[in-house]
Amino acid sequence: MSTNEKAISSSNSVKSFFAKIVRNQLFIPIAALLLLIIFNFAADIILHADTSFFKIVLEPSSTGNMVLSGNLITIIDNASELALLAIGMTLVTSASGGQDISVGATIAIAGSTILRIVKGYSPDISGAKFAAVIIGAFLLSVIVSALFGAFNGALVAYFKIQPMVATLILFTAGRSIAAWINNNDNISINDTRFGYFGNFIPGIPVPTPVFITIICIIVIALVLKFTNLRLYSQAVGINASSSRLNGINPKTIKLLSFIILGICVAVCGLIKVSRTSSITYAVIANNIEMDAILAVALGGNNLGGGKFNMTASVLGAYVIQFLTTTLFRMKVSSSAISAYKAIVVILLIIMSSPFIRKWLADRKNRRLAAKAGSNVRKEVA
Amino acid sequence: MSINTPALNGKSLKRRSSYTDTNLLLIITIAVFIVMYVCAVVFLKKGFTKPQMFFNILNENASLLVLSCGMTLVMITGGIDISVGQVTSLVCMACAVHLEQNGGNVFTSILLALGIGLAFGIVQGFLVAYLEFQPFIVTLAGLFFAKGLTTIISSDRISVTNEAFVKLCRYEVTIPFLGSVNKKGIFIPAYVEIGVVVALVLVVLLFCMLRWTKLGRNFYAVGGNNQSANMLGINVKLTKFLAHVLCGLCAGIGGYLFFLHACSGSPLHAQGAEMNAIASSIIGGTLLSGGVGNIAGTLFGVLSLSTIKMIVTSLGFDDPWWTNITVALMLCIFLLVQSVILSRKNKTKK
Repeated sequence: MSTNEKAISSSNSVKSFFAKIVRNQLFIPIAALLLLIIFNFAADIILHADTSFFKIVLEPSSTGNMVLSGNLITIIDNASELALLAIGMTLVTSASGGQDISVGATIAIAGSTILRIVKGYSPDISGAKFAAVIIGAFLLSVIVSALFGAFNGALVAYFKIQPMVATLILFTAGRSIAAWINNNDNISINDTRFGYFGNFIPGIPVPTPVFITIICIIVIALVLKFTNLRLYSQAVGINASSSRLNGINPKTIKLLSFIILGICVAVCGLIKVSRTSSITYAVIANNIEMDAILAVALGGNNLGGGKFNMTASVLGAYVIQFLTTTLFRMKVSSSAISAYKAIVVILLIIMSSPFIRKWLADRKNRRLAAKAGSNVRKEVA
Repeated sequence: MSINTPALNGKSLKRRSSYTDTNLLLIITIAVFIVMYVCAVVFLKKGFTKPQMFFNILNENASLLVLSCGMTLVMITGGIDISVGQVTSLVCMACAVHLEQNGGNVFTSILLALGIGLAFGIVQGFLVAYLEFQPFIVTLAGLFFAKGLTTIISSDRISVTNEAFVKLCRYEVTIPFLGSVNKKGIFIPAYVEIGVVVALVLVVLLFCMLRWTKLGRNFYAVGGNNQSANMLGINVKLTKFLAHVLCGLCAGIGGYLFFLHACSGSPLHAQGAEMNAIASSIIGGTLLSGGVGNIAGTLFGVLSLSTIKMIVTSLGFDDPWWTNITVALMLCIFLLVQSVILSRKNKTKK
């Protein structure tokens, strides 16, 4: 009898352990990541009979310095912009209960601003002077994109327009404004030093965007740790009017979240234009808003606002990039990729929808009730 | 006297609230359109004095008009559909491939267009109404799905050479008594394309549907207040579902009209059409919060939007980015006006 009970309790504890893992917000992105890794591994062995996908080699790049290369490095490198956007988008989602769909267009604006400043300087100026120019251009682009973020935020917070509709304005006009900043010229910077931020710094084998992203993640982690930003934005997202009664100004918090997103966008803009040293207004950061929203959703955050988990969002961004690379590897053309991603989005939303959760909970309750009922009947018998 | 005052107050309140609703927004839209057109005629002259200019606006925007009408229906129920532009592009591409490479005829291509629109409407409507997802996310996914599907079908521009179809494209409906005299003194009557006729018929149908049928009134009830509509015995989910299905159908029809106008399929067709459709609906006095809107307003919204685009182009700013910035600016202004009107309305209620 006692052993029986023990077995039941141990099986229950195992069950509850698994339930805990499944209920953890990090479960979905980590599971998706594992799934993708297993899939790629299997595809590698079946199709190519080796594991070239996961190989990382140290080899000389086109400019002659030794760099790490391989699919995994590419994924971590290319996901930098997405991870940065996911940070800002998570805050916006949490505080305002909506998403900013103008991020791609604002990246174009930020990049265009940087190029406008940098193009005026000849490539033979000294290192210190060049650094000053870059820092100045970057700070200006931070101010510009924070202003555009504040514009979105003001529409959302003070005029109570739904975030997605308010940001629709910049979604349409943003790329045009970016083109207008540079008179629609095709600018390319010849200075190789400008490419350091998006590619490699000589002597360092890891791509620079990785470092930039790590710095930003540390900064946001410290901010969330030592300030009330997390608490306030969650409170505003869950119930704006009761948080107002508790002394938080929901309008300021919403505005702040959009401004933080604007700053993240400026960093993305720097990385993006530095990667190619040039800009194409219609194409730069195309469809990235979809990926950023997808990263937030994949992190298990409620798209209707409220509680959030920053780690899960950032992890989600890397999973998205992994998915994109995998799709490229399956020889899906770059323009058709959006169709596959749309299917993933729909599946994710269906899984995380309150309707399905309620249905699952109902089923579980019914099963428990049936079990309890049978136990009662047994005892009676 | 003291008995009369509250009654009088009530009356004045009632009158004010009726003005702050649809009527005020509709009047603003019509006034904006008339002022803009008159200004264009007086100051610009370049062709704006000819009646054909007006009909050209209609010719170029027949598909936008239909898309905007569908958008208005969804927005009245409190939702939004941003997939319509890419569905238009998908319809153009699918019909072009069907006519050119699969040897289809005009009739089956119309059925194909309607089918694509309906399919998008039904799936998105089901997800929004019955599974209760945010309409924006669902239709954003729809947008990207349609975008990807278009390029999967073909990434190149396909021109249509099917004889019957080209005949239909070129068909012009002449308008009696209106036209201009050219340099040689020959009278050239004004004309509209066949798409305009279809679009206008659809506008009238939808206008009547919203105003006089039970379904139309249900749209307003659901958008105005979900719960009280439910308590009145309206099937809220079905109503939302039908709004999305109708919007999808409109996207299919609008897509075919675009196809008729362009006579080709290309992944670049109808870029940003969803934005223009939303802007037209908002300018036409449809509130984003739902429950308020009018197809007649949408008609004038489309007209003022296309007139301002025409004016910007004829002022010499022919780069496409200027029209984008103008549309965004106009949308921004009308959104702010709406927000102010809404907050005033809430204050009067309190």
